[in-house]
Amino acid sequence: MLFQLFNKRKSEVLISVSPMGWLFIFFVIPTLLVIAMAFRSADPYGGIGDEWTLNTIKDLRNPNYPLIIWRTVWLSIVSTVICILTAIPAAYYISRIRKKYQDIILLFIIVPFWINFLIRIFAWKVFLHPEGIFKQLLVALHISAPDSLLLYRPEAVLVVIVYSYLPFALLPIYASAEKFDFHLMEAAYDLGAGRLQAFIRVFIPGIRQGLLTAIIVVFIPALGSYVIPDIVGGPSAEMIGNKIAQRTFIDRNLPHASALSAILAFAVIIPSALALTRRFFKEKNSGSLGI
Amino acid sequence: MKRSRFPFYMTIAILVFFYLPIVIVFAQSFNASRFGGTWKGFTFDWYFKLFSDKNIWHAFTNTLIIAFSSTSVSIILGTLSAFALYKYKTKLQITHNILVYLPLVMPDILMGISLLLFFVSLKLELGLFTILLAHITFSISYVAMVVLGRFQDFDYSIFEAALDLGATWWTAVNKIMIPYLMPGIAAGGLLAFTLSLDDFVITFFVSGPGSTTLPLYIYSMMRHGSPSVINALSVIMVLFTFVVVFISKKLLEVKE
Repeated sequence: MLFQLFNKRKSEVLISVSPMGWLFIFFVIPTLLVIAMAFRSADPYGGIGDEWTLNTIKDLRNPNYPLIIWRTVWLSIVSTVICILTAIPAAYYISRIRKKYQDIILLFIIVPFWINFLIRIFAWKVFLHPEGIFKQLLVALHISAPDSLLLYRPEAVLVVIVYSYLPFALLPIYASAEKFDFHLMEAAYDLGAGRLQAFIRVFIPGIRQGLLTAIIVVFIPALGSYVIPDIVGGPSAEMIGNKIAQRTFIDRNLPHASALSAILAFAVIIPSALALTRRFFKEKNSGSLGI
Repeated sequence: MKRSRFPFYMTIAILVFFYLPIVIVFAQSFNASRFGGTWKGFTFDWYFKLFSDKNIWHAFTNTLIIAFSSTSVSIILGTLSAFALYKYKTKLQITHNILVYLPLVMPDILMGISLLLFFVSLKLELGLFTILLAHITFSISYVAMVVLGRFQDFDYSIFEAALDLGATWWTAVNKIMIPYLMPGIAAGGLLAFTLSLDDFVITFFVSGPGSTTLPLYIYSMMRHGSPSVINALSVIMVLFTFVVVFISKKLLEVKE
């Protein structure tokens, strides 16, 4: 038989070579290329200079950048915290009702996210628009002044990031809450724990895996947000992603764009390397299969 | 002990939060006023405007071409990848595993700019072909993960039994492994297909003149066009998504 004629190693290499080769050529090389480009200078014609230099990296000290990097980090942290804090009680509730209703609620959670990403963000733009119904309602209730803006500010970006990534926090937390043995909670009550104490000291540690997965799948994409601040944020709500796109398409300064991308790449690779070593990803995948 | 009502209210609040903007878009698409805090009457005008726009159909065709071709290539590469990851436990596969995982966590914008730099330095002309290469790249990992999930319960001894009983390797793959993996391959392919239909950021970076896809077109309409026409387009796309999901659910149920 042909199969037995091949030695084992050979067939392994034959099978692995095409997917690995593809990812090496179209993922590894381009990523390394971005990091390398950060050490090149820009020529005035929008191309890439010939010599190696540290100037591009030094330029990042320009007062604009630390502000934008800081804004990117805090928006990502705050949106991750909000996602986790709202997802925990919801996941707790969903995992305690009957299986039939669990499936229905999960479906309701997933359905809006079948809609095109741009259109979901656009829906928020319509919703928060100065002439829109929500703004008029706030004005009528005297919550907001007629000349204040709901759009084009960091808070709007925050709300839409939470909107976009909350399901990705909910699904893994629900997946571990669903496996959690709720008898442990009753045991805690019997032993004299209060409702809140049992929740924090028994339930939360019990769903730790799901929480860690949720943090990773919200925080990392939030760091790389580009479309959300582009559409609902204004110049006062720009994030690193916007700067990368601006440097690429408007100023045609590819080395600058690469330097910013390299920072973002390290910010992403370090937490995910940590997560990879701790093998959280298995759970993430079983969670995302439901989408 | 009496249960707290708080988790229940939180769940309701989340569901309202998820649906509110979508409901507003649906209502606005029939509103004669453009951004209307006020209701200026029911109209189908935005839908007529939408259907008379030829560019949308061109963009839609491009999107479908890319989605179908990138899905077929990534199904093959992703399934091979899943097979290797399942079958062999060697050092090579540890590297392979990391290679497959990293694109899943890479933000779109990084993948977009790195592929742009790569294509530019190879002097490849940006267009449908570069979009296709990019879409295949981000789809492989998703297909591989979904198919690998299906592999986890595969009993390899059945495959070996077929070989022992005289089946050639190809027959055993065709008659045993592929049929078993089919639901996984279909689910992975569907995921790749939807990701390709939906992708804006990466496509935005690697597209060239004349290769506008539907998300790129929607984006330019959001910047320059009439918001009400996009409302109408959103409603149609939402309905389209539901139909596709419904049909694929039915198909998968039959297969299972």
